[in-house]
Amino acid sequence: MGRIVLEQVSKSFGDTEVIPPLDLAIEDGEFAVFVGPSGCGKSTLLRLIAGLEDTSGGRILIDGEDATAVPPAKRGLAMVFQSYALYPHMTVRKNIAFPMRMAGIDRAEQDRRIEKAAAALNLTDYLHRRPGQLSGGQRQRVAIGRAIVREPAAFLFDEPLSNLDAALRVGMRLEISELHKRLDTTMIYVTHDQVEAMTMADKIVVLRAGVIEQVGSPLELYKTPRNTFVAGFIGSPKMNLIEGPEAQRHGAHTIGIRPEHIAVSAEGGPWSGVVGVSEHLGSDTFFHIHDTGLGDMITVRADGEVGFRHGDRVSLTPRMDVLHKFDANGLRIA
Amino acid sequence: MARAVTTRRKTINTALAWAIGLLIFFPILWTILTSFKTEGQAIADPPIFFFFDWTLENYAIVQERSNYMRFLWNSVIIAIGSTLLGVAIAIPAAWSMAFVPSKRTKDILLWMLSTKMLPAVGVLYPIYLIFIELGLLDSRAGLVIVLMLINLPIIVWMLYTYFKEIPGEILEAARMDGASLRSEILYVLTPMAIPGIASTVLLNVILAWNEAFWTLNLTAVNAAPLTAFIASYSSPEGLFYAKLSAASTMAIAPILILGWFSQKQLVRGLTFGAVK
Repeated sequence: MGRIVLEQVSKSFGDTEVIPPLDLAIEDGEFAVFVGPSGCGKSTLLRLIAGLEDTSGGRILIDGEDATAVPPAKRGLAMVFQSYALYPHMTVRKNIAFPMRMAGIDRAEQDRRIEKAAAALNLTDYLHRRPGQLSGGQRQRVAIGRAIVREPAAFLFDEPLSNLDAALRVGMRLEISELHKRLDTTMIYVTHDQVEAMTMADKIVVLRAGVIEQVGSPLELYKTPRNTFVAGFIGSPKMNLIEGPEAQRHGAHTIGIRPEHIAVSAEGGPWSGVVGVSEHLGSDTFFHIHDTGLGDMITVRADGEVGFRHGDRVSLTPRMDVLHKFDANGLRIA
Repeated sequence: MARAVTTRRKTINTALAWAIGLLIFFPILWTILTSFKTEGQAIADPPIFFFFDWTLENYAIVQERSNYMRFLWNSVIIAIGSTLLGVAIAIPAAWSMAFVPSKRTKDILLWMLSTKMLPAVGVLYPIYLIFIELGLLDSRAGLVIVLMLINLPIIVWMLYTYFKEIPGEILEAARMDGASLRSEILYVLTPMAIPGIASTVLLNVILAWNEAFWTLNLTAVNAAPLTAFIASYSSPEGLFYAKLSAASTMAIAPILILGWFSQKQLVRGLTFGAVK
């Protein structure tokens, strides 16, 4: 069980309010991702849930019980830190055993759970090593192992993959997702990487300056961003946001169109521009188009086969049925 | 060419280091040498360096006249006792200052250190009176407490600087893993800080061992440590340099040997962890 509810939770450091009062519910078994630019308060929010920071106001309920004043050791949550935070003086086995030792679980049961976790995380051969003798990915697995053996109500992940290299990150992303499917336990995951958020989450919570901008499933956020911030933050490459006469023509202050919803051709579309930088990913090519008369540069996603060159004049055709419209306050109109 | 200069420079530096080292070590060397001379040779003018009649007579006499072992035992108890008590008190204090600092943490640290700038004699009178009241005069317990108190600021400072090097996330991880504050300090912080704690213990054992103001003023017979043992040989009835030297050598030998075997930790301790 692990239903976590925040009621009017706020946090100030001195006179600086980093999180104005907010409400949020994370259902049992859900994979929730807090995402936002650095300094948006997502890690602080996680630490409030963990109990590593005291709230300045509001209540935190874990499975219906008020946990606001409960110390972190007693909340029944497990946390995986960005730096892994393994105990350097203990072997992998002892690291994983530590939370069970604290909980007073008997040795036989400890060993049983360690063997199980080690087998699941490919750590069986490394149990006698110390963290210093492991690679980054292995350390991450130990940290996860230490979290799962205590069978927590929920897992908290604080940017767990940001110290890993790109290839390893993709692998670990999958492993964590699989772990979630297998354990079916609530997970709260903090990241600044919207790709991680999109690929892993059941529910994404987009934060900016301590304020929740939108809560929803990855596709909800992708298809119906509530405002220009979410529109620009979710999706890679970023959504094109266009202001001025072209937007007014569609009855909006700002219109948004995703790079994959613009077709590029030699001629024939309503918009035109000059090809700047092209990013070739093989399967896809991203063209950055200048001099469109729409304001900023426009990014277009095209098939990898499409071969325009730097300086070519091209024509752009946006799909009008997936056009996003926002008012002067940046809020979605349609 | 550049290489030649560096080599020359290195030689000069080495020579200079040895010269300074010998200069500092000379009084100790001279004490040890004098302890093997006869009283006559000890005060000979010009002084005799190596070519004298080596004798162990002084040691025999010193051993005969006073009970060296009793003084040694007192020194051991006082030095180790005061240090361990100090460390036990300082670990939680340094923990709180390093990991849950408040606005005034820096001020408190400086204030604690400032007590070290007060001349000890300034508080001799009140402490002496308190000791009389509490019946602590000439007791080992009393000396353990006084030496612990005077070294406590240094112990807290040293542990604080070592603790600062330990990432706070690891302690938070321990908290998330269900560790109580006691378990967190006992099973996570302390083992990680062992090198720092060892340096702190060593340095403070040496400081307490060599402490001569309080140990001389607050003891008479029962609790007198080696400092009192040395002092007893600089009597008003005339100085016996050779015997005084023998007593001094016996007093510093244990700590000299301890220091020799733990040079690395000691250097780390003296530089507050700047050298690893």
